[in-house]
Amino acid sequence: MKNSIIRVLVAKPGLDGHDRGAKVVARALRDAGMEVIYTGLRQTPEQIVETAIQEDVNVIGLSILSGAHMHLFPKLMKLLKEREAIDIIVMAGGIIPGEDIVELKKIGIKEIFTPGTDTNRIIEFIKENVKVVR
Amino acid sequence: MKLSDRIRQGDTRAAAKLITMVENDFQQAQKYLKELQEYCGQATVIGITGPPGSGKSTITDRLAKHIRKIGKKIAIIAIDPSSPFTGGAILGDRIRMQDLSTDKDVFIRSIGTRGQLGGLSRSTQAVVKIMDAMGKEIIFIETVGVGQSEIEVIKVSDIILLLLMPGMGDDIQIIKAGIMEIGDIFVVNKSDREGTDRLIVEIEMMLSLNDVRKRNPAIIKTIGTENIGIEELWQEVERLNVYLQDKGEMQLRRKNRIRKEIHDLFLENWQELFFQFIGEDNIENEVQKILKQDIDPYSAVQKLTEVFKKQIIKGG
Repeated sequence: MKNSIIRVLVAKPGLDGHDRGAKVVARALRDAGMEVIYTGLRQTPEQIVETAIQEDVNVIGLSILSGAHMHLFPKLMKLLKEREAIDIIVMAGGIIPGEDIVELKKIGIKEIFTPGTDTNRIIEFIKENVKVVR
Repeated sequence: MKLSDRIRQGDTRAAAKLITMVENDFQQAQKYLKELQEYCGQATVIGITGPPGSGKSTITDRLAKHIRKIGKKIAIIAIDPSSPFTGGAILGDRIRMQDLSTDKDVFIRSIGTRGQLGGLSRSTQAVVKIMDAMGKEIIFIETVGVGQSEIEVIKVSDIILLLLMPGMGDDIQIIKAGIMEIGDIFVVNKSDREGTDRLIVEIEMMLSLNDVRKRNPAIIKTIGTENIGIEELWQEVERLNVYLQDKGEMQLRRKNRIRKEIHDLFLENWQELFFQFIGEDNIENEVQKILKQDIDPYSAVQKLTEVFKKQIIKGG
């Protein structure tokens, strides 16, 4: 019996405590039939990468509202590369200015969703980008 | 290098990938599980079960940290419920285990029940084996929050910790059958709350009715969030482990587990074979007939089984 389910890690790096957005996304992905690993607040890039590997997720979703994304995201991408795990798709959401989005996409963040994004768009993005049969 | 060799050397990525395969395509994963089987059987498997909110994740986290001080390698299987409607799940047990995630000798895997009742997932036993083969010495299985009868965890654990907390109901709840019978150690968590002493008296009374020839489960008071009672709890686990080994009870438990495993695997193979052979159309057909009162479900299934049996005898 084959039964592939998309696994997503929803993580909040950095120090802000606003997890409403992350929880809304987690819930939407759950309702779209995905398994969401939710790790809570204040995660370091090391914790996120290690968790993603142990949980063998298809996607990492980062939620950040503290403004520290230009510091934390490159570090995370570097760690993923070191652990030979760049097959994991990284997406992000939160308050991220346009010029930063350009920079972040250059280092391999596949998509960035800003406030007001319809959760269906996030679901579609994941379904389009994850090869379901692994 | 072969996947199974990488797992034996403790490669987290390889182990994590095989767990995914076990979950998504068990038939294919069996090929690798076969190669790992001879390296299994070293780990002590501890089931942690109890009602939602009784503190399973927190106690698991605290026990894990305590054991890490002695230097033992740990794995944790944290199970949460999958949606019966969409198959999706929020797996949130790691929230209480954040500091453990960067310890390279701790491997945590969150798992959804994916339709399985009983507090575990179908894949749990195979996941235990993978962790065992990668050299983890203590494996914790944290079940979903259970009610009264989810006792599947005994099929995969050496020792079971049953978590309770004060304020869950009257003393009749304590003497009911099911979950209250499977605890090897009773953990009364959140024991700073009102009602703790009464709960302990009720458990003691329940246990006093047990067969006198058997070793009665210990009752340990804990406050998980404040790390109180954790050392005592682990000492009791170790004492019990030695006792079960000495009495030959551990051997017996493991033997029963193998028997159950064979039973389950066999059932799964046949089930799949049966439904493949009969096909969804035939089942739909019978459903329609039952709706129209043309046939009853007992005769319908009997009929389908007969067809299947004949095919088997013919050697098809």
